[in-house]
Amino acid sequence: MAEFIDLVLLAMLALTALRVIFLKDLFAVVMLFGIYSFLSALIFVNLDAVDVAFTEASVGAGISTVLMLVTLALTGRTEKENKRSTVLPLLVVTVTGAALIYGTLDMPPFGDPNNPIHQHVAPRYIEESPKEVGLPNMVTSVLASYRGFDTLGETVVVFSAAIGVIALLGVRRREDLAAEESGFLTHHVLRVVAKMLIPLIILFALYVQFHGDFGPGGGFQAGVIAAAAFILYALVFGLPQAFSVVGAKFLQLMASFGVLLYASVGLYSMFKGGQFLDYSKLAADPVAGQHYGIIIIELGVGITVFAVMLSIFYAFGSQVERSNVK
Amino acid sequence: MNLILDYYNYWIVVFLMMTGFYIVISANNLVKKIVGLNIFQTSVFMLYISMGKVTGGTAPIVVEGVTQYSNPLPHVLILTAIVVGVATTAVGLSLIVRIKRAYGTVEENEFENKDDAI
Repeated sequence: MAEFIDLVLLAMLALTALRVIFLKDLFAVVMLFGIYSFLSALIFVNLDAVDVAFTEASVGAGISTVLMLVTLALTGRTEKENKRSTVLPLLVVTVTGAALIYGTLDMPPFGDPNNPIHQHVAPRYIEESPKEVGLPNMVTSVLASYRGFDTLGETVVVFSAAIGVIALLGVRRREDLAAEESGFLTHHVLRVVAKMLIPLIILFALYVQFHGDFGPGGGFQAGVIAAAAFILYALVFGLPQAFSVVGAKFLQLMASFGVLLYASVGLYSMFKGGQFLDYSKLAADPVAGQHYGIIIIELGVGITVFAVMLSIFYAFGSQVERSNVK
Repeated sequence: MNLILDYYNYWIVVFLMMTGFYIVISANNLVKKIVGLNIFQTSVFMLYISMGKVTGGTAPIVVEGVTQYSNPLPHVLILTAIVVGVATTAVGLSLIVRIKRAYGTVEENEFENKDDAI
């Protein structure tokens, strides 16, 4: 049955991607991209990657779509007619695709437990991590503990992306925005529904943050979900109102605080006599130490991701407000 | 039939990858190019997760009585890649916003001859 669902969902995914090529209406393209992300999330669930599905649904279908729509508001929603010939791109794509298909024939069959990928480190993670780290969710153990250094790097990349966006677009101060009208203040249904939903979304984000050790979830997902709640607030009640709840300066502080919190856990474990990010040294009992370490660094990741996503939205949103004034 | 079931996921991945690639090299509009890049990126995610799947396995969260789990390592790699992906997409989109402000258009053929306009 799972194989059948896999077949159908992947076929739908392929059709969605194919449709994007022929559409000239970019609004429809972005909406199709949202559908594409949701379909991929479903496929990830079907392939047992529940944490990945969680992230894809909140990031791909949530934040990416909003950012693309904001960009469309600034650049126009239709693609102009393209007079270039499509023969050459089609040829390149067909040849590359044929070579890749030929390459897949050398791959081990899908789902076979004896595949090389399942032979080296994976059995150790699966068998030892519940004892060594003490968490039922192996993805969190690997993410935060075994590959903690890697995750620190990813958090820094997310942080530097925020620096990039703010450097390119800039964030306006609250005073500049205060006089302008924005949001959907006259839509009563939207306002009431948003007011009911926002606390629930934030509550859910906190649950995902602190329950990520036991079930699917963690700092990355929680940060994005919390940011989605504030983005909804900013969309409905207007950017100036959102700025007065969480200011842009404060968010920049939060983003750097999260990265520093993560790195300082690493340094602290060095002072305790271990290696960088070796949480076993954080407490007398190594397993309890792992627990403390993972909770703190997941919090750091969550804070940074939240602040970065919201800062990026603020930067794009300020651009729209500016173009509305002109 | 077995051959198809064994490689179906990989073939769809290649198809999606090539669709994304085609959009990137043939589209004229920069926002559409970014959508193409994202489709390409998701296809790579799909490749990794497909490789991590074990038939008869379950999600890598310890449950009593289960011995067969799918491989958690690709999940970790892709989870962080998705968040990094949206961050880099945001940088790309903000570059597009700046291009629109500098050249007044986001269609590639319209601004490529205007390089000395700034």
